[in-house]
Amino acid sequence: MRSDRGQSAPLGLKIAAACGLLFLHLPILLIFVYAFTTEEKSFVWPPPGLTTQWFAVTWNRPDVWQALSLSIRVAAISTAIALVLGTLCAAAVSRTRFFGRETISLLVILPIALPGIITGIALRSAFALADIPFSFWTIVLGHATFCVVVVYNNAVARFRRTSGSMIEASMDLGADGFQTFRHVVLPNIATALLAGGMLAFALSFDEVIVTTFTAGQQQTVPIWMLEELIRPRQRPVTNVVAMVVVLVTLLPILLAYYLTRDGDQIAGSGK
Amino acid sequence: MTIAALNSNSPPAILPGSGGLRGALSDLFWRRPKLLLLLMLLPPVLWLGIVYIGSLFALLLQSFFSIDEFSGLINREFTLKTYGDLLQAANLDIILRTVTMAALVTLASAVIAFPIAYYAARYARGRWKALFYLGVMLPLWSSYLVKIYAWKLILAKEGILTWLLAKLNLLWLLDAWLSLPIVGGNSLSVSFTGTFIVFVYVWLPFMILPVQAALERVPGNLVEASSDLGASPGQTFRNVLFPLALPGIVAGSIFTFSLTLGDYIIPQIIGTSRLFIGQAVYSQQGTAGNIPLAAAFTVVPIVIMGFYLWGAKRMGAFDAL
Repeated sequence: MRSDRGQSAPLGLKIAAACGLLFLHLPILLIFVYAFTTEEKSFVWPPPGLTTQWFAVTWNRPDVWQALSLSIRVAAISTAIALVLGTLCAAAVSRTRFFGRETISLLVILPIALPGIITGIALRSAFALADIPFSFWTIVLGHATFCVVVVYNNAVARFRRTSGSMIEASMDLGADGFQTFRHVVLPNIATALLAGGMLAFALSFDEVIVTTFTAGQQQTVPIWMLEELIRPRQRPVTNVVAMVVVLVTLLPILLAYYLTRDGDQIAGSGK
Repeated sequence: MTIAALNSNSPPAILPGSGGLRGALSDLFWRRPKLLLLLMLLPPVLWLGIVYIGSLFALLLQSFFSIDEFSGLINREFTLKTYGDLLQAANLDIILRTVTMAALVTLASAVIAFPIAYYAARYARGRWKALFYLGVMLPLWSSYLVKIYAWKLILAKEGILTWLLAKLNLLWLLDAWLSLPIVGGNSLSVSFTGTFIVFVYVWLPFMILPVQAALERVPGNLVEASSDLGASPGQTFRNVLFPLALPGIVAGSIFTFSLTLGDYIIPQIIGTSRLFIGQAVYSQQGTAGNIPLAAAFTVVPIVIMGFYLWGAKRMGAFDAL
């Protein structure tokens, strides 16, 4: 009998899976090496020498700090808006069945399902038609729109697991709607919201396609990087920023994973 | 209130309302759940409806305007002239090139994703399962531009790939590949091959997740039964695994296909000067100032994805999402 589940995989499959994972990870690791290279003008491999001086140079660059500050502010506000809208939508869709329920789900998913360039150019032409000048808020408007879906996905998954009888029990015991929300619903969905919020933050922090259409002259970190990729000024600084961006986005994703890992492994499905 | 006041010596059977505006609101929502539902739905629907659908609609509307070729002003009269421009040979070339690239990227992603998804779904347990999950999630969520930048480093002429091939004495292979028409070029970072590799790399996680979800649902004893009945591993794959994984592959292909259709940054940074749909949209609305043609161009991926989603739905791909 060899029908036990513990049997090991065929060698070919193991090698193919391992190669696939290496293919996914090695390029990102390479960034870490390049952040320390002494070479300024080209991407030569292997690095002629290693140095940490570029960290100091990057630290003293005001344009990098400005971009970082803008990115963090945009991501924070967009995440806050997305948390409110996503949770409301998830609560409505999961607790009742009503006419047009499927349409609402589609509406939430659409901004991420259609290519980003469509969202971007649609927003830009709408701003132009309505004579809205580019500002901090035009960036937020775009980001919040596609961040709703990650909060929504996480919250819907959690609502599905939260039994409705708990809410009824709370009401039966005399709590009013607000108390029930505060003491029963919120503690149940808190970690899902936190995870959704982190992913929304990471998504907004990293977004470039829609932002190029809604930012005007302002620079977020991804716009700054894109500029450097097209017209390189100081390559080592770009290397350092790239490494920092990898680290900064890594943390919320790991946290989001640990917050949602028991049961619903849905945190990031459908970025 | 009144009940509690009347029987002050025995505990009330029904608790008093909490009173005040909060209590009144709470009671109102309890009595009229539809009102609560409406209030919950209103903010997100208004936001998405006005900001998103509104803008999309405005964009589609503009595709029926046309541009005056002499003054460069936009003529706001209903016409199909812009769609006629879309059918010029140069623009058809762009569309064909993008769709071919999207199809090839989807195919390659499926081939690379399958072993990872299959191993993760069938053999990885406990710790390894978590490792595989994070191993796919981390690249999926890491910065899109950093990933492209990493490949610029790898594919550069002086970069690690050339160095590695030189060490392995395989430089002649690279040179031979680069001298081929269409896929070749001066170096990998300015060739369609480079564009293709980066597309596959960036969208691969989007393929792995749904394929893995589909494979998780294939009972292990089905595969065992197939081999018990004498099928070779290849036959089992063709006749049992692949058909059952197909909805997952189609679901993943929605992402890889749609994302490739709309991307304009990857071919701009790693690729030739020949345009893709996304780049055409970008340059039409930017430097050329031809918003109607840009809008008409965006209709192409929307229509293609519409048909794609319709076909995918018929194949049951949405159950695998």
